[in-house]
Amino acid sequence: METFTLVSMSILLGVLVRWGVSFNSYSGAGKPPMFGDYEAQRHWQEVTYNLPIQEWYFNTTDNDLNYWGLDYPPLTAFHSLLCAHVAKLINPEWVKLLGSRGYESPAHKLFMRATVLAADLLVYIPAVVLYCCNLTNGSTNKKVGTLLCILLYPGLILIDYGHFQYNGLSLGLTLWGVLGLGLGWDALGSLAFSLALNYKQMELYHALPFFCYLLGKCARQGLTGRGLFSLVKIAVTVLVTFALCWLPFLSNPEQALQVLRRIFPVARGLFEDKVANAWCSLNVLIKIRSILSSDSQFYLSFTVTLLAITPSSLKLLKTPTFWQFKLALAGLPPAQRSALGGHLLPPGLHVQHVAVATEGRLADALCSDLAGLPRLQHPPAVCAGALHRGPAPAGGLPQAGRVAACMPAPSGPGPHHPPEVLH
Amino acid sequence: MAAPAESSGWFPALAIAVSLLKCLFINAYHSTDFEVHRNWLAITHSLPVSRWYYENTSEWTLDYPPLFAWFEYGLSQAAVHFDRGMLVVANLNYASPATILFQRLSVVFADLVFIYAVKECCTTVREEKAAKDLLRRPCFVLAVLLLWNFGLFIVDHIHFQYNGFLFGFLLLSVARHLQARHLEGALWFSIVLNLKHINLYVAPAYGIYLLRCFCFAQDNPDGSLRWRSFSPVRFVSLGAVVLSVTAASFGPFVAMGQLPQVLSRLFPFKRGLCHAYWAPNFWALYNVLDKALSVLGVRLGLLDVAGLPKASMTGGLVQEFQHAVLPSVHPPAALLCTLLAMLPALWCVWRRPCGGRCFLRCLVQCALASFMFSWHVHEKAVLLAVLPLSILAVESRRDAGIFLMLATTGHYSLFPLLFTPAEFPIKVLLMLLFTMYSFSALRNLFSGEGSLLHPLEAVYLLGLVAVEVVCEVVFPLSPWQRTLPFVPLLVTSVYCALGVSYSFVRLYVSLLTQEVTEKAKRL
Repeated sequence: METFTLVSMSILLGVLVRWGVSFNSYSGAGKPPMFGDYEAQRHWQEVTYNLPIQEWYFNTTDNDLNYWGLDYPPLTAFHSLLCAHVAKLINPEWVKLLGSRGYESPAHKLFMRATVLAADLLVYIPAVVLYCCNLTNGSTNKKVGTLLCILLYPGLILIDYGHFQYNGLSLGLTLWGVLGLGLGWDALGSLAFSLALNYKQMELYHALPFFCYLLGKCARQGLTGRGLFSLVKIAVTVLVTFALCWLPFLSNPEQALQVLRRIFPVARGLFEDKVANAWCSLNVLIKIRSILSSDSQFYLSFTVTLLAITPSSLKLLKTPTFWQFKLALAGLPPAQRSALGGHLLPPGLHVQHVAVATEGRLADALCSDLAGLPRLQHPPAVCAGALHRGPAPAGGLPQAGRVAACMPAPSGPGPHHPPEVLH
Repeated sequence: MAAPAESSGWFPALAIAVSLLKCLFINAYHSTDFEVHRNWLAITHSLPVSRWYYENTSEWTLDYPPLFAWFEYGLSQAAVHFDRGMLVVANLNYASPATILFQRLSVVFADLVFIYAVKECCTTVREEKAAKDLLRRPCFVLAVLLLWNFGLFIVDHIHFQYNGFLFGFLLLSVARHLQARHLEGALWFSIVLNLKHINLYVAPAYGIYLLRCFCFAQDNPDGSLRWRSFSPVRFVSLGAVVLSVTAASFGPFVAMGQLPQVLSRLFPFKRGLCHAYWAPNFWALYNVLDKALSVLGVRLGLLDVAGLPKASMTGGLVQEFQHAVLPSVHPPAALLCTLLAMLPALWCVWRRPCGGRCFLRCLVQCALASFMFSWHVHEKAVLLAVLPLSILAVESRRDAGIFLMLATTGHYSLFPLLFTPAEFPIKVLLMLLFTMYSFSALRNLFSGEGSLLHPLEAVYLLGLVAVEVVCEVVFPLSPWQRTLPFVPLLVTSVYCALGVSYSFVRLYVSLLTQEVTEKAKRL
């Protein structure tokens, strides 16, 4: 069968499964007073639409930061603003300032699910298709198989279309970054990844491999000649992208600082709820959270994380090949698992992050380039081992589709549960 | 005939994948048919058998044959463990989450019959040369065309019905006939006939074929009928099988003297010639012609406006209506037209049967003829022709072309069943998926023998996209939505009726030209 037909059918199936999952319930459905991630996203649309930019990240009478305050970088806020404009056209009640808290209706659910699908169709799915067609090896059938596996990855589908989030956007932008780097368009790749970083700070996990690869590549080209030119081009691209995204917040240093405080809430401690990482596990034996002060916890985890990801980054600096870059992104023994190092060790983690790690691993597991290297474990199995969590998720999760064990964490018990941290 | 299965894991994979996909739509829209079946669960569970066909608390009275009522009774025994509330007859429109879960899962599990039947059909597929690539093997293509059939998927697992379960028995009976296990085939057909009487549409094909090929044990050397070879044993055993199944089904009701009541429930002729949404058959074209002529007549002053029936046929009600210009149609007339339409196919089987495939062709022809001319046909009945045709499509190039026309048109005509906005992406995506696959796979199967579709046929099928855009996107936003709300349904119905009628004619042409060429060969 022709490649076009196979690819189209894979995309159709991927979108069909996504939309099927979206029929089911979302995070915090029918659970006042806080509801869940769905309400958080709706609330951000309300805040960004009705309030001036200067007030988005600040605690004001109209913007109670305790009720799902914005804690993502500015690009998320702009995306929410865009969605809010569309929402206003359809039904202004959905984004009415203070009056739309906890708004739930079938039409609204359809709208919100449609925004997730639109983001996926525009950003994530094209990136996956181009990646599988251009940057994987093997026969057409193998490429389509890879494509199908990535598109049907349950973790991302369940979190984005069930629980409700926009991980497809940030992962998609990162994948565009990987695509750019793989095709030799370093500046465009850096642009895409900078956008991803400005969408979700979680992408910092992937930042070091990007940085080391590009730096190593420029160094290889000769830091006095072409290399310097490439370096400057990349640096300018990144700086301009950041500047454009943060432009409204650069007029006043207090604005920028407040945004940073919101997106890196280190005051919240090493981890929250139950999470599959080293600190949570260690906490069972040694109660770190009670022994160390909040600041010490931060410094400890920062140091250990840095130590864990240094070896693979150094290797990448020395041999900046695209293959090495992919390995660093995904993490592979014997090199320290960069992303998983980031996943396992930094403070205030939530399980959705594993989607980031397993995406890279998933793609690489199917790469025939890996012949000769230890085969990556099947990601869902890794997830199953890593993700065993406490109580079964509340009824807000879809019944069907629990194929892989990669399940999102529950919204958590307790009336005053602060919003998810770095998710 | 059956291909060796080097790696037979693909069939379970296809079956499990589609079953899991079905589970994703548990919480999707379901039609009133959901309440119909819940009501039948309640009736069969809570009431004695003598009341089953008299109960009318709900408007959705039991109108399937008794064997299906027994099936619902069996299901209700399991339903007890999910939610007893659904088994109370008075709980009209009861749809608790447990009820929905139970009913949806019951359809998915009942589909196991269908999966088994598809497996059997795949073993009967003839493969001239065993292709190395799994995707190019006829049995694989057939399995996908049947297991992942668009029409069956959305009618059963979203709209809500048990057609997969029923088609399982029908296809199993077809497979048995293709394997020359005729008594067993007759048994399965009797069962499905007693489960849903719509299968009467294809009963003549069974009757003629079994009489000709099973009861008359041998043919003359030139292929004509040898009257002397009539085998009373076979005839009686066939009769015994059919009668025993029918007796098990209707027996209790005959004993209670309720047969007239049961029959009146099964054949409600008070319903009009067409359903509220016209099935894309001959009568849809007939109605439109009548409407056009009446409008023309009024314009030209040949007809008196006052004498015309008001808003007939398109008002969305299922009562009997009169035609304005053309003669009105009554049930006997429809029956006559149906029988006349089936006759040539039955005659071909009687005169010169060529084994199981001839029978299958006749079955498809009878199903389509009934769809075209019967009284009060539902658009879902097109599946009765499409599914068996899939078996022929993977073996013959000509049939593949007809299948593509009929399946695509027939499936598109099911679109109005899912009219909610949330389900819109589902029907479009699934339709594109199935259509893309069927075109690509069949083209690959018959590559090198020319294209499967005539350019005009391809243009017609592309026109379906335009019809969809106009009916579901453009029209609702136009000012006529309020004044002429039935227009999208009308346009869909008539446009699809053209395609279905064309397929009907093409099937006959291919059947009769085959007859002629065979006659010429013999001379």
